[in-house]
Amino acid sequence: MKNNRFARWFYGEDDTLIDKVEMKPQKERTPPERQVRRLMQEHERLHEHIYEDDNRKLWLFDKIYRIASVLFCLTFISILLVTVSWLPPSGSANNPGSNEVSARYIEKGLQETGAVNIVTGMILDYRAFDTFGESNVLYVATCAVLILLRLDHDEKRKPGDLTRSEAESNDRIYEPKNDMILQKVAGFLVPLIMIFGIYVILNGHLSPGGGFSGGAIIGAGLILYLNAFGFAKTERFFTEKTYKWVCFFALTFYCLAKSYSFFTGANHLESGIPLGTPGAILSSGLILPLNICVGLVVACTMYAFYALFRKGGF
Amino acid sequence: MFGGNLLVNFGSVVAVILFGIGFSNLLLQKNLIKKILGLNIMDTAVYLFLAEKGYIDGRVAPIVVDGVQDVTAYINPVPSGLVLTGIVVSVSVTAIMLSLTIRLYRRYHTLDLDEISTRLKKEGL
Repeated sequence: MKNNRFARWFYGEDDTLIDKVEMKPQKERTPPERQVRRLMQEHERLHEHIYEDDNRKLWLFDKIYRIASVLFCLTFISILLVTVSWLPPSGSANNPGSNEVSARYIEKGLQETGAVNIVTGMILDYRAFDTFGESNVLYVATCAVLILLRLDHDEKRKPGDLTRSEAESNDRIYEPKNDMILQKVAGFLVPLIMIFGIYVILNGHLSPGGGFSGGAIIGAGLILYLNAFGFAKTERFFTEKTYKWVCFFALTFYCLAKSYSFFTGANHLESGIPLGTPGAILSSGLILPLNICVGLVVACTMYAFYALFRKGGF
Repeated sequence: MFGGNLLVNFGSVVAVILFGIGFSNLLLQKNLIKKILGLNIMDTAVYLFLAEKGYIDGRVAPIVVDGVQDVTAYINPVPSGLVLTGIVVSVSVTAIMLSLTIRLYRRYHTLDLDEISTRLKKEGL
């Protein structure tokens, strides 16, 4: 009984993880002592300077600021509460929000857009321009994060900045690399998550879901894969170039497709895009390709945010 | 002063209180990450408010089932679309704020806003 591996591990006689999991030796970087002392001194001096009683004015300002902000928040909440108490009762059908616009979406949505899911029909057909703006907001946000967090490969760097290789070596100080449990579970879960995400995107016009939620699911699957297998494996199929081209083609296709349908719609022309039978997977005209575009942009954005925050690059 | 619908609108009341909690977090916390958390609580309150305004008692989500296309069968679909827009914008804004925080931390090695502004003053910026 005591000879099998589980029992040995249970009684602490040997560690099954040794030689199986690649552990980075958890050696903390020890900066030179003088530098540490200088930093500590500066920190303490600043701390005293800010918070101790000798800085009377700042202390007074701090107290007044705290009291004023609590009072402000309470006043704000009570004003809003008074407003809420005069709002029409929620859940009633005669609210001013349920006006002719939503009635039109519900009554004519299926015939005009072909989408069974009225919300999808609304955001990707009646209000497709708004959704185009949202996709662009995600893309621009990734660009801004890229500008702020991107680390360079080469050594010519500004003082205080990390290089990419330093960030990569810092990445694994506190966790083991190639964790076997994580890899086994990820190998089983990632395909399922991907298939579920693709299902949610492709059924966006038939059931709850669509490009945004499906894209977020696929992004989560990519992040799990990255966590389990590391950057070297994901860079085989997802690099900065992939991100650039996928986002470029998705956004351009969205823009051209919707420009065409707006042009024909505004000039009362036949668009020539078949709506299909409602309920079939290949139906509802442009909504399915637009959902795929939005899903690609969202999935890439999720993964890009994670990679940029973790390593400063893809 | 108070109207009669305060108890009927309890969902909105919860949303308003959450909004206030988030806002006071934004004002009172010194830590930048906690300020961002406060802003996210405010976002969540807005989604709750919108979703609550779109709901109508006894009706189902706006997905056409069995060809029923009656206004009396489904809830208002417009707030659902607005919540989607809000979520996307909040994700982007949170990402940008967090990356700015990382830049500040790399330069000043602290997340305390007072300390950062004191150092800024010392550097003469």
